[in-house]
Amino acid sequence: MSGWNPLAPLPAVERWTPLAKVSAAAGVALLVLLALGPLILNANLLDKLTTLFIYVILALMWNALAGYGGLVSIGQQAFFGLGAYGAIRLADAGVNVYLSLVASALLVGLVAQPVSAFMLRLKAGEFAIGMWVLAELAHLLVNLDKLVQGETGTSLIALTAYQADSRRATIYWLALAAMAVLSGIVFALLRSRTGAAIQAIRDDEEAAAAVGVRVLGTKRIIFILAATGTAMAGALWLATAISFQPKTYFGVQWTAYMIFMVLVGGLGTFEGPLLGAVIFFTIEAWFGGSGVWYLVGLGGTALAFSLLLPRGIWGAVERRLSLRLLPVGYHLKVPLGIPESNMTEGASGQAPSAVAEIPPVER
Amino acid sequence: MASDADQPILVASGIYKRFNALVVLDGIDFAMRPGEAIGVVGPNGAGKTTFLSVLVGAHRPTSGKVRFRGDDVTRLPAAERCRLGLARTHQVPRPFTGMTVFENTFVAASNGGRFPRTEAYDRCIDALSLCGMLGIANRRAETLGLLDRKRLELARALATNPVVLLLDEIGGGLTDKEAGELVDTIRELRRRGIAVVWIEHIVHILLQVAERLICMDAGRVIADGSPEAVMSDRAVIDAYFGEGTP
Repeated sequence: MSGWNPLAPLPAVERWTPLAKVSAAAGVALLVLLALGPLILNANLLDKLTTLFIYVILALMWNALAGYGGLVSIGQQAFFGLGAYGAIRLADAGVNVYLSLVASALLVGLVAQPVSAFMLRLKAGEFAIGMWVLAELAHLLVNLDKLVQGETGTSLIALTAYQADSRRATIYWLALAAMAVLSGIVFALLRSRTGAAIQAIRDDEEAAAAVGVRVLGTKRIIFILAATGTAMAGALWLATAISFQPKTYFGVQWTAYMIFMVLVGGLGTFEGPLLGAVIFFTIEAWFGGSGVWYLVGLGGTALAFSLLLPRGIWGAVERRLSLRLLPVGYHLKVPLGIPESNMTEGASGQAPSAVAEIPPVER
Repeated sequence: MASDADQPILVASGIYKRFNALVVLDGIDFAMRPGEAIGVVGPNGAGKTTFLSVLVGAHRPTSGKVRFRGDDVTRLPAAERCRLGLARTHQVPRPFTGMTVFENTFVAASNGGRFPRTEAYDRCIDALSLCGMLGIANRRAETLGLLDRKRLELARALATNPVVLLLDEIGGGLTDKEAGELVDTIRELRRRGIAVVWIEHIVHILLQVAERLICMDAGRVIADGSPEAVMSDRAVIDAYFGEGTP
């Protein structure tokens, strides 16, 4: 590094800001507090929180897929439904019912691997619609299963072997754990080098390939993760509802909810979908009984957000206040003397003589 | 590698590229030595950008072979060629708009350059500093103007630690001062041993760097040699100004 003034501070990359450390700690503290829920809260509240956790998982997964990966899918209900169906099948085969919930999600993740080979060849709108077709196909195939009896459906009978209270607490903890683990995985993935590559593919696939990003393999990671997480949400939903009617699980409304939460909260921000899930949960609690008008309201709100606040609530907050609670990006701390916002002037001031000299590396 | 100094580093032989009935590349043969600086000129539609795309693997040639560092890379996808040290810039910049300037280069360094994290950081800082972009490293790329987008193309390509760098009209629209800075930067790259193929319409900038000039027209190489020889070549003058120009 002979070109640099040895006394001048070098630019440094900052990833964990003090604020980020505080908010990560607060997040962990909140999870610990929530883990005490079954000891403190009443049954009704526990059920509601379990629902919220499932919504958070759905929003988190759709945002990872579409907001970071650029893979806009309107067929994620395929994995939601398959997650529930897999749990029914596994429990019927004698697997412990709680274990079958988790195992089903992992199995769906395995199935998503060959599925990705076909689906990821499709681009943009083709992918979105292709996923919907896939969901319909999965729905029809599940209907053929004698155990499911077509649209009559079946239920996760094995759960009824457990007492209502212990069942409620276990499912609550399971949902909380799934939410925590999946959030952690998404956060770690986005902060990893793969996470940066995923976002580059979202912005320009060809340019990403031109700088050495292995496009297909990288997309596959996010696709399979989203499939697994969404399947986990489906299995958990089954555990709270017990009854399984294919139409309810393979309905496109699930993806509509995901899109709503992500668009309102903030597409392509880590914090946004968490916020979006809370908002959706609240709206549903207040207006969920209003039938068709509730759905009209949801659609109208999502539309308004995409037109007026395309980056959602959190995107706007982030931009206004440059507030990043859980940053997944990189901030270069540039020493004084180099203006933060130079456009063109002084650009060559440090090039090329004052440049750190790094010889090409032998590959 | 050191003993191959006289072996050509990048070779294209018998390259044809057709898009349906349209023949864009009509039998191109090309070879470059390590560290060489080659300028490519030619009228619009001559096939310069398509040729560059075939070299880096963005397009497959209809027939013909591309060899890089001694290996046949004709069937190798663009990402793998970049990882071997073949990098390009785009004529119309293609930044990762949702990411910062620094993150743009980080993707390049950690994938194309295959650098581990901290080494990738150093590479990015070096590339950004060389292109005069350190001061705007934290700006989202979507907020950049055209000039900075072009600089980012160069910085990103540099972060991949290229052995051969292919530049596609990176000097278009620059003022004289900016063009001078660009020439300085590219001279610095050459000093570091990076070979450069530079497609450019602004010939007087090109001649400050290129030690060899290639002129293309209608999908063929019509002249190849020293800049002086190529610029005074009859076929080149005809291609640019029409036949019969004195």
